[in-house]
Amino acid sequence: MTAIIHPDAPVDRIGAQVRFPAVRRVRGLSDRSITWLFVTPTIALLLAINIFPLIWMIRLSFTSLNLSMSYLPLRFVGLDNYADVLSDEDVWIRLQTTAQFVISTVVLEVIVGFGLALLINRQFRSHSFWTTIILLPMMLSPAVVGNFWTLLFQPQIGPFNYVVGLFTGVAPSSFSMTGEVALAPWTIVLVDTWMWAPYVMLICLAGLRSIPDYIYEAAEVDRASSWRQFWSITLPMAMPFLMLAVLFRAIENFKMFDMVNLLTSGGPGSTTELVSITLKRAAFEKWRTGYSSALAIILFVTVFGAANIYVKALNRVKQR
Amino acid sequence: MRKSVTGKWSKWAGGALALFAGVALTAVAGQPAAAQSKQLTLCWAAWDPANALVELGKDFTKESGIEMKYEFVPWTSYADRFLNELNSHGKLCDLIIGDSQWIGGAAENHWYIKLNDFFAKEHITMDDFVPATVLGYSEWPKNTPNYWALPAMADAVGWTYRKDWFARPEIQAEFKKKYGRDLAPPKTYDELKDIAEFFEGREIDGKKVYGAYIFTERGSEGITMGVTNVLYNYGFEYDNPKKPYQMQGFVNSPDAVKGLEFYKALYKCCTAPGMTNAYMQEGLDAFKSGQVAMQMNWFAFFPGLYKDPNVGGDKIGFFVNPAGPKGHFTQLGGQGISVVATSDHQDDALRYIKWFAQPKVQQKWWEIGGYSALKAVVDAPGFPKSAPFAPQFLESMAIVKDFWAEPSYAQLLLDMQKRVHDYVVADKGTAQQALDLMVKDWTKVFKEQGKAAASE
Repeated sequence: MTAIIHPDAPVDRIGAQVRFPAVRRVRGLSDRSITWLFVTPTIALLLAINIFPLIWMIRLSFTSLNLSMSYLPLRFVGLDNYADVLSDEDVWIRLQTTAQFVISTVVLEVIVGFGLALLINRQFRSHSFWTTIILLPMMLSPAVVGNFWTLLFQPQIGPFNYVVGLFTGVAPSSFSMTGEVALAPWTIVLVDTWMWAPYVMLICLAGLRSIPDYIYEAAEVDRASSWRQFWSITLPMAMPFLMLAVLFRAIENFKMFDMVNLLTSGGPGSTTELVSITLKRAAFEKWRTGYSSALAIILFVTVFGAANIYVKALNRVKQR
Repeated sequence: MRKSVTGKWSKWAGGALALFAGVALTAVAGQPAAAQSKQLTLCWAAWDPANALVELGKDFTKESGIEMKYEFVPWTSYADRFLNELNSHGKLCDLIIGDSQWIGGAAENHWYIKLNDFFAKEHITMDDFVPATVLGYSEWPKNTPNYWALPAMADAVGWTYRKDWFARPEIQAEFKKKYGRDLAPPKTYDELKDIAEFFEGREIDGKKVYGAYIFTERGSEGITMGVTNVLYNYGFEYDNPKKPYQMQGFVNSPDAVKGLEFYKALYKCCTAPGMTNAYMQEGLDAFKSGQVAMQMNWFAFFPGLYKDPNVGGDKIGFFVNPAGPKGHFTQLGGQGISVVATSDHQDDALRYIKWFAQPKVQQKWWEIGGYSALKAVVDAPGFPKSAPFAPQFLESMAIVKDFWAEPSYAQLLLDMQKRVHDYVVADKGTAQQALDLMVKDWTKVFKEQGKAAASE
């Protein structure tokens, strides 16, 4: 091929054009094509492990599939599974239990987490060390947490009952945190708060540190009290972060499974059986695939809808 | 400059290529050797008898040259793990020692291969095995000559007690004064409750002890496997013997209600604190640590308990599940060994079963901690003296009763777990309500299975 060389073309470029014709072919790929080249494997993976199973599950929710009786012919049952789920009194009770768990844990985690964030924000000596200590529970696996808190709550040898007995005079073996109907729900709330309040603390800390100092300085000039500064400056400006923490924790606790399963197995009876445990039992122990798919879809729509409403409210707060 | 950089990279690329080629060649060269060594994977629960089976399996490897690999899973995840594996037609297991209640599902869903032809060819006859184990572990449908497993591990619920405490003169005297009879292993549940109340909260050797340990586990099968030992003896039936799947009036009969109330009363009066979700291991811990006078557990654990330095030997005694006012039964445990239908090594797996069925292997199985179901072993004259719990084991295997073995057994079991635990541990409702709800739950399950007609 004869290269058409402009008399004024820089020598280097001419040299490149003559010596490396292959480079011109690669350079022929547009930026968009290269972008798609890199993004396609990820999209394919997401489609395979996220979207396809979701679509398949929606399909299964309209069938009579029960894997323990897979010899029975598969039937299309329309909305029967959804009707079954929505008319099952047990499911509503489990949703109620889950709602109580979510509200209790989120409220406590926000109070404790925000309180810790306010303390840590004071930047006292060795605050970094204490921040690390406070964050440790969050770094543990929920399964590990469930297991060792089961030992801690053991009425005869566990230190928890012993410490309670020390302060209240009650005999340590006279009560069981995980075995009594009145105490078991608070047990899972306590353990979840212990584990995740540091997470709320981190988010709130980011919010507190984003508040400019000059606002507080101006408030001090105006002789605003500490309480006034907290109520009029700190809380409103940290509110978007607080709301974000509430959203994340609420979504997580709605799906909570591993820690509760290990701590109480949903007991005593079904006192602490969250809807995620019911779903797991229906899907992987009773093998009611159609029914459990319908339940999963209903839960997904519930969380998705609630989260959407909440995010709209969050955006309004941010705009303020 | 550019030439030396290119040259350096060429050297690195060449070296990497050579290394890769070397590794690839070695792998290919090694292939024939790897393909020749045969292997079988046997799946079971992780417990003492499994360790004994590993020991036993070494003999099979010596004889056949087939290496045995094992996949053992704790009991709490055993059903989850392996039913998942079987449902998804996995190839992990060549042989599986599946729970007795899985047999219906395994047969109907073609998880196991049918063994009739194999048994006929190898002259393995089910008449050589304890009838209760053939019915419980191998047959589906029940009471028909269709075999899906070889009885592998005979088991039932039994009881251990602190023989040394029972033998103390001061304890004996006090018991006799209070109850007007000698302190001895109970023959009835009323006697058991008296003894449990007697020991509850008593100080022995400076330590507070408790009366009894019973199953209360919520997650898998624990409380069901415990409560049935009482229910059966109070007259509970799964259905009308004359009309299958008719449960009304049999599951929730007045006698069954009394049985369930008794189990709750025993749990409330006479167990250690914190035992709200306790199954096999918690019972072993409670007994070994000297917490309880009597323990309900599976015979499978008794060899290990007898050998325990703290509570074994002369300190431990054994007794059969006590009788109730309407019968004398005990809950069947145990499993059969089956060949998984998706296995690529079915011939080798069948070879293992043939080897395992031999009387000499079954005898060794019993000696090292397994529980043989072969008549030649358990009916041998020396068997009752072969272990201190052997007579109780023999007596128990003659009075066993099992839970449903339907394909839908998991749903039936979990429904019972929920209702019984709600009533016994969580104090929800009455015994009558719990059993009525159970009938409702089970009716729904059988309806889904297409057995509605006979269930009302």
